[in-house]
Amino acid sequence: MSARRFVVVGASLAGLRAVEAARKSGFDGPITLIGAEPHLPYDRPPLSKAVLDGTDLPAFRGEEVLRDELGAELVLGTAATALDTAARTVRAGKREFGYDALVIATGAGARTLPGTEGLRGVHTLRTRDDAQAVRRALDAGARTVVVGAGFIGSEVASAARKRGLDVTIVEALPTPLVRAVGQTMGAACAALHARAGTDLRCGVGVAAVEGEGTVERVRLTDGTMLAADLVVAGIGAVPATGWLAGSGLPLDDGVVCDETLFTGAPGVYAAGDVARWHNPMFGRHMRLEHWTSAAEQGAVAARNALDPEAAKPYSTVPYFWSDWYGSRIQFVGVPATDEVRVVDGQPGGDHFVALYREGDRLAGALTLNGQTQIMKYRGLIMRGATWTEGLEFTGRRRAAAMERVRARP
Amino acid sequence: MKIVVDWNRCTGLGICESLAPGVFEVDDAGDLVLLSETVSDDDLEGVRQAIEGCPTEALRLEP
Repeated sequence: MSARRFVVVGASLAGLRAVEAARKSGFDGPITLIGAEPHLPYDRPPLSKAVLDGTDLPAFRGEEVLRDELGAELVLGTAATALDTAARTVRAGKREFGYDALVIATGAGARTLPGTEGLRGVHTLRTRDDAQAVRRALDAGARTVVVGAGFIGSEVASAARKRGLDVTIVEALPTPLVRAVGQTMGAACAALHARAGTDLRCGVGVAAVEGEGTVERVRLTDGTMLAADLVVAGIGAVPATGWLAGSGLPLDDGVVCDETLFTGAPGVYAAGDVARWHNPMFGRHMRLEHWTSAAEQGAVAARNALDPEAAKPYSTVPYFWSDWYGSRIQFVGVPATDEVRVVDGQPGGDHFVALYREGDRLAGALTLNGQTQIMKYRGLIMRGATWTEGLEFTGRRRAAAMERVRARP
Repeated sequence: MKIVVDWNRCTGLGICESLAPGVFEVDDAGDLVLLSETVSDDDLEGVRQAIEGCPTEALRLEP
């Protein structure tokens, strides 16, 4: 192992896992963990789930663990502003940090609604501070308007309904979640909103968010006025690569990496939401904003950065989940469009399983309340199962279930 | 080695099942079921990955 100084930029899940993996692999040199937020690394999935329901969110690790056990210098509340790959330095605040190995894990930032800067009551939901602000508004009984019917927006709506609050979701596209799960299944997921009493309005945009200092209403492009005390924008995230402008790193909707998460600049690897890497499992570049890949990439990027000669590829079947109104949506793989077939339950009901075909390959699976099935499909996709093998597996499950019903006394 | 599940943390996300299907399974109700409490040498690597891959840090190994 040749690296002497290890620097990790980005103090969230991927960054933390990079630090932990470095130590686990035996690296005993200095580690610096630089984070833009003032907080110790914390978990993000609960921000739009348990935290909105009132649960407090502890940090992943205490400060003593990070400083003493992991021996990391913490530079928090300090955004990195520049990378010099020739001099091998990262600038953050007034300091410059030299590195031999670097992991970039700066994540992504929430897209904001244009023209709402400085208007109280308008939020995105990406950080701990965001979640606390949204929770306080919900606690106060806010009339809530969510912009964007994606996963974050839907979870906010779910939290509002749980408290019995009126909530409207405004979605610019005719069907939500098309990019994530496809047309038919996007509509099937969206059906959960109406059943829970959320007013979902698709195919209409936001013309203006209005109020004197504090938000009072949202004006839609069809002229509708929605009274609002809280507006949450769930309109996607943008990889945090602004600070890398001029660094020479390849940037294209994220930091472009090879299959080992290598950026092409000596010693520099990327991980998490900011990384667009070549996923050998599907033979293409992808950028994921998922918990599982952030955690795993953080560890892989650190090991590879510290020992580039032995760099290993990171190959994965993407996985994400989302909890709406007491139901769990889970997706594995990629939302291929050659064919989407519902193989269990039905869209519009409380449970369904849909499979996604790409060529003759089983490429993805989506379940609503199908927790016992989803990971079996992930296993099949990991092993490169064909579409036919996927359907045969479904058939065997169905036959076994019928057998159990028949065997009942 | 024995697997210990913190049942207060586990929400049945199932990543463990995809990494060590011989050891973990999520049932119809969405709850995790341990198919075996003790880990064979064959399953050990998968179980280690499952522990690292658990989003709720609900799993650990005990001697």
